[in-house]
Amino acid sequence: MVMLVTYDVSTASAAGKRRLRLIAKICLDYGQRVQNSVFELDLDHAKWVECRARLLDTMEPEEDSLRFYRLGNQWRERVEHIGTNPSTDLSGGTLLA
Amino acid sequence: MKRHLNTLFVTTEGSYLAKDGAAVQVRFEKKTLLRVPLHNLDSVVCFGRVGFSSQLAAACAEAGVSISLMSPHGRFRAAVVGFSPGNVLLRRQQYRAADDPELTARIARNCISGKIANSRSVLLRAARDAKDEDRSSRLKLAAKQLAPILRRVAKADDADTVRGYEGESASKYFASFGDLTSVDGFQMKGRSRRPPLDPINALLSFLYAMLAHDARSACEACGLDAAVGFLHRDRPGRPGCALDLMEEFRPVLADRLAFSLINRKQVSCKGFEVTSSGAVRMDDKTRKTVLTAYQTRKQDTIEHPFLGEKTTMGLLVHLQARLLARHLRGDLDEYPAFIWK
Repeated sequence: MVMLVTYDVSTASAAGKRRLRLIAKICLDYGQRVQNSVFELDLDHAKWVECRARLLDTMEPEEDSLRFYRLGNQWRERVEHIGTNPSTDLSGGTLLA
Repeated sequence: MKRHLNTLFVTTEGSYLAKDGAAVQVRFEKKTLLRVPLHNLDSVVCFGRVGFSSQLAAACAEAGVSISLMSPHGRFRAAVVGFSPGNVLLRRQQYRAADDPELTARIARNCISGKIANSRSVLLRAARDAKDEDRSSRLKLAAKQLAPILRRVAKADDADTVRGYEGESASKYFASFGDLTSVDGFQMKGRSRRPPLDPINALLSFLYAMLAHDARSACEACGLDAAVGFLHRDRPGRPGCALDLMEEFRPVLADRLAFSLINRKQVSCKGFEVTSSGAVRMDDKTRKTVLTAYQTRKQDTIEHPFLGEKTTMGLLVHLQARLLARHLRGDLDEYPAFIWK
């Protein structure tokens, strides 16, 4: 399935800047960055539980916000991309470099 | 059930693979070409001069992602895999079966029955699609010649007899290969390998190498020893069990794909070069086309004839490896080969 993760992390303090970096790194461990604070994660449920737990451990609910969108297995019909930086289809297409 | 995970093919000579968090990063001249999380990958296949870091090798081994190093033309050179997964009991059982002439013959017989049946299906399908009456009837005749061999294989009770029938069917099958294509410049005069002497053979050898790679990972993924085969005798460096598993898939996954690529003019003779030794090799662009087509083919869905489950073509070889493991454990009376319809 594909999860869409977006966040707003308060960068008013040094601790906030650190959280921003950590949250981005966690997202990158599980998926790809599609826009500045938007990530698409193509993973199974077990991996998602792990990822979600790590994100919740890192964030500060008083200051930051996280949003998770469940795009499911039929996500290809639900996503349209226009413009620069198109994403790579990690589970479907051919990974050729 | 195992998810169908992707394979990352790295064909850019001089690129470097690094570990970035829990992902593989493909770098070329200090630019990042691609970044793929490890959990999306089944294996990484590198062609030619591609480097990788030891941290990446360790992370891949731990995540169960194999890294294979191939020559630019698809010959297997080396692999990085972690600890063998699964089960020493299964492997012992596999060695016992490989030492038992009767069990060996039964497994070899089923693999080859599958291969011949699938070869027939490929010929018959091509005969139906052929517009030329002569070609169509020649293909039907070739398919007809395979039928008696199939019946005799079913009765064979030692592995050497099976190997004999395999050779007989293969020579009949490859003899009719010329009728499978209708494009000039792709005439085939029998199978040649090491080195392949014409474009079709180069294409087939490359696809077989990819298939062998997949079969090998399938064996390792379910705890079988890829080196100990039944039809293929043990030889250092030869993945016998993977080659056994591969037999039934050759006609369906490799041969048919090769002919569609040629007939649809996705590859042309210009994409092949003859080296000074007479060996024929494909160029980078053709190789990329072939890899893309192979990956796309693996994502097609199909219903498994024995299990009755919907799956992808790419997972079939994994399912077959598990069925073989079940047979070796004694949970299945026979190894049910994959029969393509």
